Formats: sequence, C-alpha cells, structure tokens
Amino acid sequence: MRGGVLAWTVIGVLLVLVAVPFYWMVNTSLKTSAQVQSLEPYYYPSPVTLSNYGELLRGTNFPLWIRNSATVALGATLVTVVVSCLAGYSLTRIRYPGRRVLATTVLIVYLVPPTLLFIPLYTILRGLGLANTLWALLVVYPTFTVPFCTWLLMGFFRSIPPDLEAAAMVDGANRLQAFRRVILPLAAPGVLAAGLFAFTLAWNEFLYALVFINDTELKTIPVGLNDLMFGDIFLWGQLMAASVLTTVPVVVLYTYLQRYMVEGLTAGAVKG
Amino acid sequence: MAQVVLKDLNKKYDEVHAVKDVNLHIQDKEFMVLVGPSGCGKSTTLRMVAGLEEITAGEIQIGNRVVNDLPPKDRDIAMVFQNYALYPHMTVYDNMAFGLKMRKFPKPEIQKRVQDAAEILGIQELLKRKPRQLSGGQRQRVAVGRAIVRHPQVFLFDEPLSNLDAKLRVQMRVELKRLHDRLETMTLGDRVVVMKDGWVQQVGDPLGLYGKPRNRFVAGFIGSPAMNFVEMTVAESNGALWVEAPGLRLRVPADRVARLGAKKGQSVTLGIRPEDLRLATSSDPAEITTEAVVDVVEPLGSEILLDLKVGQNVIVVRVDPSQRMKVHEKIRIAFIPERMHFFDAQTEESLS
Repeated sequence: MRGGVLAWTVIGVLLVLVAVPFYWMVNTSLKTSAQVQSLEPYYYPSPVTLSNYGELLRGTNFPLWIRNSATVALGATLVTVVVSCLAGYSLTRIRYPGRRVLATTVLIVYLVPPTLLFIPLYTILRGLGLANTLWALLVVYPTFTVPFCTWLLMGFFRSIPPDLEAAAMVDGANRLQAFRRVILPLAAPGVLAAGLFAFTLAWNEFLYALVFINDTELKTIPVGLNDLMFGDIFLWGQLMAASVLTTVPVVVLYTYLQRYMVEGLTAGAVKG
Repeated sequence: MAQVVLKDLNKKYDEVHAVKDVNLHIQDKEFMVLVGPSGCGKSTTLRMVAGLEEITAGEIQIGNRVVNDLPPKDRDIAMVFQNYALYPHMTVYDNMAFGLKMRKFPKPEIQKRVQDAAEILGIQELLKRKPRQLSGGQRQRVAVGRAIVRHPQVFLFDEPLSNLDAKLRVQMRVELKRLHDRLETMTLGDRVVVMKDGWVQQVGDPLGLYGKPRNRFVAGFIGSPAMNFVEMTVAESNGALWVEAPGLRLRVPADRVARLGAKKGQSVTLGIRPEDLRLATSSDPAEITTEAVVDVVEPLGSEILLDLKVGQNVIVVRVDPSQRMKVHEKIRIAFIPERMHFFDAQTEESLS
C-alpha cells in the first residue's frame, strides 16, 4: 500500500500541475472584466458570465478563424495520412537503392526547425502565388507533419509480418490490394495516431500561420488570438474563452481516440 | 495440378549466394519435400517458385509455362507459410475466402468451397472465430484450408510443422499426407531434396536418402539420432583391407574393397548409424567388433541410447530397453558390415 500512496501522490502532483492552468483558463473565461482585473484573485467566477463567449463569437472574427483552422488542419491531415501511409509503406517494404538514406533523410528533415525554413518557404509560396491564402498553410503544414507521421508509420508497418502481405499476394492480390485489404487494416491504430498528431500539430501551428497570412479573415486561431491584444491591453476574458473553444475539439478527439493512440505509439516505439 | 521445373535456378542477394544452380523436376501430383538446416536456401527456393523473390538466374516452369516474370497472383499456386500468416483482422471464413474473393468468384461458390475445405479439415465450428482465438494446430488447419479452397496448380508448404509441438507435429504430418492422398489419389511417391548452403545435395525417396546418402552431410542430416562419424586410415595387412583408428580396427566389407583399396594409407570417414550397431555376441568375429566404455546412458523408453567411448571417439549406439548398462562399464559392440558408410575425408563424397 505504501507504493500505492506514493504513486497516488505523484499522480496527484502531476494532475495539479497539468489541470490548474486548464482550470484557470475556464475560470477566467467565465469571469466579468472586473473580476479579471481585481487584485484579489477569484478562485471561481462569481457571478458567472458567458459574455466573453458572446462577444468572441459575435464581435470578433473568431468564427472565421475556427473555420480557417479547421479547413487547414483537416486538409493537412488528409494529405499527411495519405502521403505518410504510402511513404512509410514504401520505405519499410519495397527494396530499392537509396531506401535507407531516404528513410534517414525523412527524420533529419523533421529535425530542421521551422524558424530556419519559413523564409525560403515564403519565397517559394510567393512564387507560386499562394502567399496570404489558406492554400499556403495547406501546402506547408505537410512539410513537418509528413516526415513525423511517416516515421511513426514506418515503425508500425515494420511490426506487421511481411508474410501476411506475401500470403495476400499469393492469394491473388496485387501489391496495392494487399496494402489496402491486409496491411492498412492492421495498421489502423497507427494511421489513427498519425492522423491525430498531424491534426494537433496543424491545429496548434503558429509560426508559419503568422508569417504567411496577413488578412485577418484568413488567420487561424493561434494567430487570430493576437488580434485580441491591443498594445498592452489584453482582453483576458475573450482570450481565455477562445482558448477554451480551441481546446475543446482536440480534447474531444483525444478522449475518444486515446486508446488507439497509445496502442499506436507503443507499437511504433517497440518495433521502430 | 501441374509439374514444376526448376532449371539452373540461382538467387543472389547483395553478398549472399543463397540458391545455387538448383535443378529439380517435380512431377504432376508429386509430394516433394525440401529439407536442410536453416539458411540452406529451401525457403528462398520456395519463395522464388511462389514469385515472392525475384529470380537472379535460371528458369521456373509451372505446367510448361515459364513463370519467371509473373507476379504471385498469376502463378496459380497456394502457399502455407511457416508462421501461417493468417490475416489477424479477418475471421477464419474470411481468411479462407480471401483468395477466392480476390479472384472474383461468385459468392455461392466461395461459400461452398470454404465449407468443403472446412469439413475436410474438421474446422467447421471455427469459421466465425478470429485467428488469435485459435490454437496452433487450428491455425495450421486454417492456413491449409486457405490454400486448398483455391484448387491451385501447386501447393507450397514452408516448414508447415516447425511451429507445432511434437505431438501435434506427428498428427499434422499424418493429416497432411492423408489430405494429399485424398486430394490427389496419389500416384507417385514422395521425394526429398536435401539442401545445404544453397546447393542441392541429393534428391531421392526418404528410404533411399537414409540408406544410400551421397555424401557425409546428407548422411548426418537424415536420420535421428544422427549417424556416427569416425576418422580412420585405410591399411592393408595379411592380404585384407582394414580401416583403423586408435582403439578401433575394422575389416572393410568385401563389396567396398575395390573403392577403398585405392585409398590405401589415406584417411576416410566411417559413418555408422546408432541403429546399425549392436552389442556383440561371442560368435561375432573380431574384425567387426570393438571394445567400448559406456560414457552416458540415455533411456528413452522404447530404446536406450548409449554414448560409448571408443579410443578418442564417441559413438552413439541404440540398444534394446531391456539392457542394463552402467556408466564406465566395458562392453563389446559389433558393426553391421553392410550398413557401414565410407566417405572421402576431403570431398566428403560417399565411397560406397
């Protein structure tokens, strides 16, 4: 039981560390301006107000930003999953010269920080006429989601016995059918994990969205929130309300898919 | 069914020459078995026939059709993999139906064939289960079922028994054989191909390989417990030919004198199976017997294996379980002359 007590203590501390900021976010989003500004902290809102949410949804471009974020994140996720699945499969299963180098390159590319890349990327996007459009983000986000997800999926595909595919091919499937009917269903947890990661990364991305998008109607949420700060005036209530609304879809996704996710990550980790 | 012909088949990976000049002619309806230690090239050969490995050089024909460049799905073969390779996400039924679905068979036909196969294999009750809910033996049956529903030209089994425990292994071996008989009305006997390091060592029926191994490797590989080998020197004295080693002197049987006579003064390897040695009786002539010291007694129930020290050599003898032997006991053993094998010490080829 002493081990139990220790474990619960550690979990309790971690829970506090993780949960308190979230609580404060929700707390603040439900406070009036006066409560936010008060020197005496309000540990819970009294009275509760939804006015921050109302103003956010009616008085700002927040609904637009949500739509932009969703479009970009979902689009990038779709592209990422398709490309990473095929790339991961190819890099683990098909023999061709340079395969190893390519696999390593994928990882190295992922390690290059975006702060180094945004200038050349911007030049390219301008050349393509995509700067200051949502297409810019849709094109750029896969540059970091694809390498990561490919790497994740490679570990996954590697853990699936090659004989299964061989069996499918002897049974009359061509490579693509074997991939679709046998490999992909078995890699489903990994694909799901990869998709979830891609979505989260794209949903939270800040730097590229800040640099490549100027029009306020085209901004995504993380950048749009900037517009809620005027010089040194912070609309804390609305900022926190926006944060809550931004977090909700991700929390919902993770709650439902967490089981697969953990499965996916460990399978990748063990065999990767 | 169809005949399969391998002509000068070769497989090279970057550094490794896995299969070397394999020539085999497998008759229609023949049951041919490839054996050899792991890494001998048997799996690679099988996978080349299946189309899962590219052929480096040579030719494979299935039913008079060269299939070198055909993908596996167009070769009309079925393969049972060593680890069964059942699709974990499909039920037993779907596993067996997969090949037929891929080939666009009508649904009633698929149902009929799967049912028939399930009946032959006694797995009708398992059709709705997933592979992970099956025992090893059941998985094996499903894997076999997946192969037979297709009515292919050629069946390939890659070590179908190696993942089973000893009891199941014997049972499945009988069943595979029975299945083969039932499917084929077998007209031809079995043949065994012994491979080593990518080379075919010998092809023949099991008794032929056991009785007349072509070289030392085949002699040692076929049969259990393995054949004893003793390095000996050929010598002539008193007008007779002998083989000698420290503590052991045997007369060369009359029918081997011609071959061994040419090796006078040179060394040869004597091979003798544990079952081809027995405890000597007083009537056995000295020229086929020797003295030995019991080193290890291994009672196996139906027989006893004795590790005997003869000079510096250890010779395993299989004796009747009624014999009571003690460690360090001195005994005399007799060699059955016609069962002695001789191999060239350098080339390891048989001198019989």
